[in-house]
Amino acid sequence: MDLKGRVHKFGDDINTDYIISGRYKFKTLDMKELAKHVMEDLDPDFYSKVKEGDFIVGGKNFGCGSSREQAPLAIINAGISAVIAKSFARIFYRNCINTGLPLIECDTDRIDEGDELEIDLHKGVLHNSTKGLDIPITPLPGVMLKILSDGGLVEHFKKYGTFKFD
Amino acid sequence: MGKTIAEKILSSKSGQDAKANDIVIADLDFIMGQDGTSPLAIKAFYEMRGLKVFDPLRIAMVIDHSAPSPLEGVSELHRQMREFAQKQGINFYDIGDGVCHQLLPEQGHVVPGDLVIGADSHTCTYGAINVFSTGVGSTDLAAGIISGKLWFKVPETFKFVLNGKLPPGVFSKDLILYLIGDVTADGATYMAAEYTGETIEELSVEARFTISNMAVEMGAKCGLMAADEKAINWVRKHSRRDFEPVKADPDAVYAKVKEYDVSNLEPQVAKPHTVDNVSPIGEVLGIPVQQGVIGTCTNGRLEDLRIAAQILKGRKIHKNCRLIVAPSSRQVMLEAIKEGVLEILVRAGAAVVTPGCGPCVGTHNGVPSDGENVISTANRNFKGRMGNNRAFIYLGSPATVAASMLTGKITDPREFFV
Ligand code: SF4
Repeated sequence: MDLKGRVHKFGDDINTDYIISGRYKFKTLDMKELAKHVMEDLDPDFYSKVKEGDFIVGGKNFGCGSSREQAPLAIINAGISAVIAKSFARIFYRNCINTGLPLIECDTDRIDEGDELEIDLHKGVLHNSTKGLDIPITPLPGVMLKILSDGGLVEHFKKYGTFKFD
Repeated sequence: MGKTIAEKILSSKSGQDAKANDIVIADLDFIMGQDGTSPLAIKAFYEMRGLKVFDPLRIAMVIDHSAPSPLEGVSELHRQMREFAQKQGINFYDIGDGVCHQLLPEQGHVVPGDLVIGADSHTCTYGAINVFSTGVGSTDLAAGIISGKLWFKVPETFKFVLNGKLPPGVFSKDLILYLIGDVTADGATYMAAEYTGETIEELSVEARFTISNMAVEMGAKCGLMAADEKAINWVRKHSRRDFEPVKADPDAVYAKVKEYDVSNLEPQVAKPHTVDNVSPIGEVLGIPVQQGVIGTCTNGRLEDLRIAAQILKGRKIHKNCRLIVAPSSRQVMLEAIKEGVLEILVRAGAAVVTPGCGPCVGTHNGVPSDGENVISTANRNFKGRMGNNRAFIYLGSPATVAASMLTGKITDPREFFV
């Protein structure tokens, strides 16, 4: 999986209420509609700034808070191709893998707003083309790569009817 | 090498000799979804070509987050849940039955040694009765109800050793707020928290639930306690299921161990807008508050309502305040009626709402207005949490909320417990 796009940078402890507010999550299952409100409480213009393939970059503990899967789904539907952070909250982490949104754990101090990144998930390489830097990334465990490469847990179950990893 | 509670439960449920950081596929004892997460799970269930759930008796769905429905869109999602539950014959709790995390232990669905998932982040609550229970999202919920299994990364464990007895007017809520403030919001990320020591042994099971409930606010996957006699008796009163409690081995390996003496702990308050922004009450005294909330899966149990009633008995809340009380279940509400606790609260000026999540998550039942301060017994104070991102949420014990309602300012409740 090769990914390429521009960076939208956020800070530490970005919680799921910021990603998609509880105001919207109970109203609809229409993810295209929810996507319009992604990150709205932090940046009201966020949705209109995103180009297909862009990245959200955060600090530590990204995605803390509720178990709402609307969070990764709204991010995917806003056109974001991966989330990059120093660390993730665990339920958000699971939900991203299960919905097919790649996550990258690495040091994000040398990634700034507007930087262009190129990522090869299988090789585990992140290149910051704006700064001419290679940043080492923590590779994903096999189980997660398998679910991601099947396109998420729904597709995995469609294919196998249960969990299948070997 | 010995094992932690988490390693033991995941070993026995996966049939593997599981150690921290292993990935296992394990059998689930019980699975729960609420009305914020179940509709998406039902959709995923059908997309995964699910036909029948693996075992209807091991699954419950609960309508508690927006109950009764405040909007037609929500009503439609509730309808889908009712239809699914009926078709599949699973356990179903409708509006007014209570908060999911109160209902699962209270109705006897979960017992010591179980492995449980719930599509709600505070599923870690049942750790207080020795259950490895953890929050997941809707797709995990769908995979769980189809297959009865889920993949887990076996967590490392962060052990909290708690010594000493809490002083009068200081409660388990103050203790867990203090611990979260100390280790911060991601202090136990990816880890299991294990709480031990004489402080825990002294606490009632109800008070223990408050501590395990908030494990996720330090990033933990679950908040485990051993099952002592008190816990075992409590479970026997609520459940007819057989069970085998799980203890940590004396030579278990912990990622971190921290020891605390709680004998001089003061009431604690989490300030806006993060749960780990915690101060002793002395630093926040006098901050004006317009709305109080007593309830939620953290502090809406009978014991919590009793504490509030003890303070509010024969008194009236301040004229600048409104107090919302949401008993955590129908059973709690009935007992509070029988004991006269609800009468005391209503006479004092409280508005009692349907057992369930109440105004906790901002979908209904009391959205604050711009610039207002709320003091709540809930577990989260994120910006916008209660439906308005220009309001400010403080978290404290039921005693702190009740005492603050009398004065209209954040108030130390200890004067009521001398
Ligand atoms: S009471 Fe609040 S924290 Fe608990 S389950 Fe309901 S919304 Fe979540």
